[in-house]
Amino acid sequence: MSATIPAGTKWWSGGKSPFNVSYGKVMMWYFLMSDAFTFGAFLISYGTIRFSVNHWADPNHVFNSFPFAGHANLPLAFVSLMTFILIFSSVTMVLAVHEGHHMNRKGVEKYMLLTIIGGIGFLSCQAWEWTHLLTGEHVAMLNDGTLSVLPTTVKMNPWGEALSSSEIMTALQKTSHEQLVAIANTLHHGAEGAHHAVESLTNQELINQIASNTEFHATHTGPIAFGGYFFGITGFHGFHVFSGVIINIVMYIKTKLGHFDQRGHYEMIEKAGLYWHFVDLVWVFVFLCFYLV
Amino acid sequence: MSAQHFENPEITFQPDHSGGTGKIWKIFWVLSVLTIIELALGYFLYAKHGDLGYATVLSTKCVIAILTIAKAYYIVSVFMHLGDEVRNLIMTIVVPLVLFVWFIIAFLADGNSWKELRNTRGGSRPAETEQVEKAAAEHSAH
Repeated sequence: MSATIPAGTKWWSGGKSPFNVSYGKVMMWYFLMSDAFTFGAFLISYGTIRFSVNHWADPNHVFNSFPFAGHANLPLAFVSLMTFILIFSSVTMVLAVHEGHHMNRKGVEKYMLLTIIGGIGFLSCQAWEWTHLLTGEHVAMLNDGTLSVLPTTVKMNPWGEALSSSEIMTALQKTSHEQLVAIANTLHHGAEGAHHAVESLTNQELINQIASNTEFHATHTGPIAFGGYFFGITGFHGFHVFSGVIINIVMYIKTKLGHFDQRGHYEMIEKAGLYWHFVDLVWVFVFLCFYLV
Repeated sequence: MSAQHFENPEITFQPDHSGGTGKIWKIFWVLSVLTIIELALGYFLYAKHGDLGYATVLSTKCVIAILTIAKAYYIVSVFMHLGDEVRNLIMTIVVPLVLFVWFIIAFLADGNSWKELRNTRGGSRPAETEQVEKAAAEHSAH
């Protein structure tokens, strides 16, 4: 670029745009800058609340599952997959922009299609992760001192500090039959027939069965804000991915119809690309704040 | 494969896009390697959980945050082509983002201050404040 601009060009002396880009592109940049402040405000708010409490959910315990891997403990694995899907779709997007610079319609079509597939893949991963958390079964102690099986939602956070074995025994004694059955069932991982066998046991038998199971973990409940921030921020990001996929599909169709060839340039692909890369950029920070640290 | 043709009075100089895809793939590998290092450090924190001192955990997290900023730089500069734009445009985008420096320091310090208050006498303000002492002194004087 610098090679094509004569040294000493007077950008501000009138007659030319001082930013040397089209109106549409400079406005896309300003929109993205304002969006960066929105995401930044969300993430900093999350950081403030996280700094203000003594114990926060450990991401390695919350996000340790992988589709079809059952109950295997795989911290960081699934989110790595999501991150690489998004990085790769960013690469295919920039390759589409590159093909656009060379007026190669077939190339733009190919790479836009790959970008769209990457975006849909990322959204599918997020749908699985949300479902996994919202339907998860984790044993936590409620304020009344009884144990309960809880999912992770915007109103419930079962990811507090671990209970000691004596605290667990005290809490189990107070817990109702119904909840003891539910807890025992989480330990059978929904095995066929186990459900009915558990229901007919007495409270003491259930307590013995639960307490003797080495897989059994129970925690305090954690700060309620966790679910709100997690679903709020990843949801807002996911909505950006979703709208990015829609924009990319529109761009793909317009490319196919030859609109950009008629226009003589593929600048719309560049503008869609800016938005798509921004989505990847935000994910880099969401990945940092929710999964890594 | 003729180069694209703008007739836009806002654009005085066309950026040079004649290069190949080599740089794109190079940045892809840079981003992948940085992510793998981040994941390795994250896994290190998980595997050594409980064995590490506060300073080690904090400095590891700081390294991960710096690697994230490096990734952000490569995405914006190369993938979004901001590095190819004129300096005026770069400055109008980047300078406002400097506000984040204050934003992060001020709010995280605020959060930390709340935690300290929360841990003092069951979430209330400490009793040994000037006002309380003054009120107690007045009360005993009557």
